[in-house]
Amino acid sequence: MKIIVCVKQVPDAKDVRLDPETNTLAREGVQSIMNPYDQHALEEAVRLKEQLGGEVTVLSMGPPQAVDVLRQAISCGADRGVLVSDRAFAGADTWATSYTLAKAVHKIGDFDLILCGKQAIDGDTAQVGPGLAIQLDIPFVTCIQKVREVDDKGLVLERMMDDGYDVVAVSYPALLTVVKDLNEPRIPSLKGKMKAKKAEFEIFSAEDVGADSTCIGLAGSPTQVVNVFPPPPRGKRAVLTGTVEEQIEQLVEKLAVYL
Amino acid sequence: MDYFFSEEQSMIVEIAKQITDERIIPHRAELDEKDEFPREILKSMAQADLFGVPIPEEYGGFGGGCLDIVLALEQLGRGCIGVGTAFAASALGVYPIIISGSDELKERYLPSVATGEKYAAFGLTEANAGSDASGIQTTAVLDGEEWVLNGTKQWITNGGEAQIYTVVAITDRKKGARGASMFVVEEGDVGFSCGPKEKKMGIRASSTTELIFKDCRIPKDRIVGRAGTGFITVMKTLDSSRPGIAALGLGIGQACLDEATTYAKQRVQFGKPIIAFQAVQHMLADMAIQLEASRALVYSAAKHIDAHPKDMSKVSSMCKVMATDMAMKVSVDTVQVMGGYGYMREYPVEKMMRDAKILQIYEGTNQVQRNVIGQELNKEYSRK
Repeated sequence: MKIIVCVKQVPDAKDVRLDPETNTLAREGVQSIMNPYDQHALEEAVRLKEQLGGEVTVLSMGPPQAVDVLRQAISCGADRGVLVSDRAFAGADTWATSYTLAKAVHKIGDFDLILCGKQAIDGDTAQVGPGLAIQLDIPFVTCIQKVREVDDKGLVLERMMDDGYDVVAVSYPALLTVVKDLNEPRIPSLKGKMKAKKAEFEIFSAEDVGADSTCIGLAGSPTQVVNVFPPPPRGKRAVLTGTVEEQIEQLVEKLAVYL
Repeated sequence: MDYFFSEEQSMIVEIAKQITDERIIPHRAELDEKDEFPREILKSMAQADLFGVPIPEEYGGFGGGCLDIVLALEQLGRGCIGVGTAFAASALGVYPIIISGSDELKERYLPSVATGEKYAAFGLTEANAGSDASGIQTTAVLDGEEWVLNGTKQWITNGGEAQIYTVVAITDRKKGARGASMFVVEEGDVGFSCGPKEKKMGIRASSTTELIFKDCRIPKDRIVGRAGTGFITVMKTLDSSRPGIAALGLGIGQACLDEATTYAKQRVQFGKPIIAFQAVQHMLADMAIQLEASRALVYSAAKHIDAHPKDMSKVSSMCKVMATDMAMKVSVDTVQVMGGYGYMREYPVEKMMRDAKILQIYEGTNQVQRNVIGQELNKEYSRK
């Protein structure tokens, strides 16, 4: 089974600050980690490989230092790492990112399954996984909490819902996004770390993947971030006490001011 | 302080640190409370290849030396020495095979211990033979193609949890210490059973039981080394393993210093944090001095032992005494710095203090270690 896992390097959520001047995320001096949801996607991919055989390729789009997360992925059991990196990708929104990743997947070649984290903890959009599936024209199932069955044709999955879960069957090729309930990511092994130290990664540029320059980066992004700001502090609050009747009376009194 | 570790050693530290922070610390209070063996934690350690560190490469391990295992155990000890003891005891259980075993025994037992698929245990102590290993009562008699073992081992770490046991038994009573031999007993061997789990003051995540042999018959080739070499194997095993116990002491010492200093910065009395008071500062300073000095000795002793020197016993005993006495003192002082909070089970330091005590007792009491050091000094200076 050939599995591709999409991973993103994100700032550690324990250490997030906004730059007060620009109102964007302050990245300098902030530790970078592999997006936590992606760690669960990787773990599941490695487990599927251990069960069924095959190969796990990790794919990331980002600046050159994002190879750090690819290296971490190798230490946790991935076989191969690909970084899509080019200045031309800068400013990409989720649609341009999905397009770029789809181009990279085409270049990587055959696959049965793509696994992504449900969302990245920096952008929090949860759009890139589904966007990538649309670009590749393959089915996708989001928020997987459990793989019930797996064979050489497809999978039976549990999709987490607000009130319980759906059971979904899907055949290959498919894309899944996963939640943290799916598994507990392993700690890198000594063998894995040694392998990761020596690992070399393929770096794809916009040209390498044959990307249309109007579809990537800022130019290819329909979404433009106009302003980022901390939410205004909450207004004055009051807690009403007493019996329900008394509370209703107090509430009516307070609302009467606005009539 | 930077000890300039190799890249591989830094990897071992990173892995053991991550396991300690993510898998051990969140669960240690519960394991202690319930006397629960840390199966899941040991599984994650196996997956991370830690069990392979002390096993030779040709048998599926990493061929790590004393310092490598010390670095892993120091980190694990920072989390819980009960878990650290369960891990260390598996290495201790196969040291006799690594040191004196035949190639066949190595081939048969080491690979599954290296992967953490099986655990090992070391059976030396008996009711009347602890620090005095020569008082062993358990016997092994050759009957045709089989050894027949009879006797009871006491306080054996990983008892009931291990699948592979190295056991010392007397094969020739007349020869005293030279009449002891080492054997491998497997879980499930007829006539072999483990007693109930002992109830302990500390290291409650580890399992401690009796090993009971009643006409236990094992194949002739399960002897480790030649008959009569058991005692030498025991001594060499303990010389290699004691720095690991010292490392658990370093772990406790570091955890205590972290807890005590963090607390002293937060706790306000008489209008200022108590770390501003000299009485507290001096206690913390003494902890840090003893910890760092112990660490320097343990690391250098471990490196020294990796070169298999003649004075291995002395150096190994020295680092065990220093680091474990330090762990006891520092943990008691940490409880003192934290006052009533330190005494409460809600905080981790009372457990550290209970746990620390065993380090001065097992793998040879610190009094016996001092005997060893004294005897070695006597020998050394007789030669001069």
